[in-house]
Amino acid sequence: MSVLRKRWQYVVLFVGLAALFLLPAYSSESTVSFVNRVLIAIVAVQGLNILTGYTGQISLGQAAFMTVGGYASTLLVTQLGWNFFFALPVAALSAGVVGLIFGLPSLRVKGFYLVMATLSAQFIIPWITRNIYGDILHGAQGLNVPVPIIKLPVINNLCFFGTQFDGELGACVYRFATSDQFIHISLVVVILSTIVAHNISRSRLGRALVSIRDNDLAAELLGIDPFAYKLKAFFIAAVFAGAAGAMLAHNLRHINSVTVNLTDSILFMGMLVVGGLGTSLGPIFGATLVILLEEIATVMSPWVISVLPDNAAGATAALRPLIFGLALIVFLIFEPRGLAHRWKLTKAAWRMRPFSR
Amino acid sequence: MTPNSGLLAVRDVSLSFGGTAALTDVSFDVQEGEILAIIGPNGAGKTSMLNCISGFYRPQEGGIFFKSADLTKTPTHKIAPLGIARTFQNIALYTGLSTLDNIMAARHIHMRQRSVESMLYWGRAQREEVEHREVVEGIIDFLEIAHIRKSIVGALPYGLRKRVELGRALALESDLLLLDEPMTGMNVEEKEDMARFVLDIHEQRGVTVVLIEHDMGLVMDISDRVVVLDFGVKIAEGLPDEIKNDPQVIQAYLGEV
Repeated sequence: MSVLRKRWQYVVLFVGLAALFLLPAYSSESTVSFVNRVLIAIVAVQGLNILTGYTGQISLGQAAFMTVGGYASTLLVTQLGWNFFFALPVAALSAGVVGLIFGLPSLRVKGFYLVMATLSAQFIIPWITRNIYGDILHGAQGLNVPVPIIKLPVINNLCFFGTQFDGELGACVYRFATSDQFIHISLVVVILSTIVAHNISRSRLGRALVSIRDNDLAAELLGIDPFAYKLKAFFIAAVFAGAAGAMLAHNLRHINSVTVNLTDSILFMGMLVVGGLGTSLGPIFGATLVILLEEIATVMSPWVISVLPDNAAGATAALRPLIFGLALIVFLIFEPRGLAHRWKLTKAAWRMRPFSR
Repeated sequence: MTPNSGLLAVRDVSLSFGGTAALTDVSFDVQEGEILAIIGPNGAGKTSMLNCISGFYRPQEGGIFFKSADLTKTPTHKIAPLGIARTFQNIALYTGLSTLDNIMAARHIHMRQRSVESMLYWGRAQREEVEHREVVEGIIDFLEIAHIRKSIVGALPYGLRKRVELGRALALESDLLLLDEPMTGMNVEEKEDMARFVLDIHEQRGVTVVLIEHDMGLVMDISDRVVVLDFGVKIAEGLPDEIKNDPQVIQAYLGEV
């Protein structure tokens, strides 16, 4: 079944995407960097959705796989001189391989115990970046990450497509230096990852994953190899995380062992729950809402300081997790199926008008 | 201990959990194209027998031969592709999926698309979705569940869920269908519907059926042969009429006369 069935849906999609691509032209830098953060989080949560939402394997390792992707892409660019656009997919795949290793316990353990096993990734991987190969990884200090560039040859002493001549490299160069430029990379990756995630959900692979989530014994008796598909889910989730991590590193221009950490893994899980587990739209809704709440926390902090002047630092630091935790509890109680489910109900009500209440 | 001419040969199967013997030296054959009923009092080992055939339990002794493969040595997920489908006593549907997707999920073993093709949803992946959807719609029409095609099965009433589960087993297009108490918990009308479906499947698709059932009237009506288990031991095997008058069977069900 087609995803878009009516002409107006195509129009809305096109206008929406155009508005996002042209965002830097009409918005402040802080808005663009906010949207950029949301986009990168969406990719990571989409990966987690494949693993937790569809396959039912709870994982707290997503941020660790982002770290792998970030480091891998940085090293490919700085040590091997690769272009970022080749380093990104390779970094994503290498994160996938690491994800595969941490997915191996899923053969034997389920639920709570699997959470513990994936949690180990969150401790082992940052430890490795801090303590091993100090000459390359620079320990706890981390790495500075170069700006992604597109190089084009000089034609008739002119540069095309908005590139500028760079004397040092002797070529026309476009730099994705700030979020204003980087957002275009994030947008393209989000569009691709959304298409892939949705395709998974509507085909053989997705049905096999959901069968394992809903009844792994029945799935096995119906000819689905649970272990093989669980590993595939771990691999895909980590590939998504790796891509997100690579983007984050090149956007922040710096990465170390705590750039993305356990808190982020928990945040991703929260985004998924708020957005809706096992739906294609859930990660998009969830990431947007949770990061929006973080922004609100930032905006609210002057007010909190004025109310609690004696403990200003502690109060502002506590504000973000407080709001996040509150939102999570509210969703678990009132809409455990997340914003995506609410969206579905709203659409159904709209189609049924004027008979829906 | 050789596979014989029948479709399925159960040979001296013994299964125990710790010190409790669930099955002891059970042997029987299933001939191609028949409906075989396995009956017996509660705890006789009927479901354990089915679980051994479908690879969920591994018997300690004996062999189960299907098309010259020993099922006791086949990995569980490779048994369905050999041509064996089953339903469960307590319904084991994918509760979060719609009726349609539940039955589509069973087409897994007949689809050839690789996971990468699934992700791209292009070429073979798209073609296969359409082809298999047609097969599934045929099954949905046959079982008269078109009205719940898009419903999430977790929310369906018991009788319909049993029917969806039968549909899922049918979608495997197997040669042998194992039905674990397909009519339990149903009213008379639903039971008759289910019996009609089983007979139609058997006649139209030429599927061999092994079923466990407690409703003796129904068993005697629809089965070609009956195997009786009691305390994990096979106490009788034969035509329904023979079984009805077998003193050992009567004793197992009613106690000493």
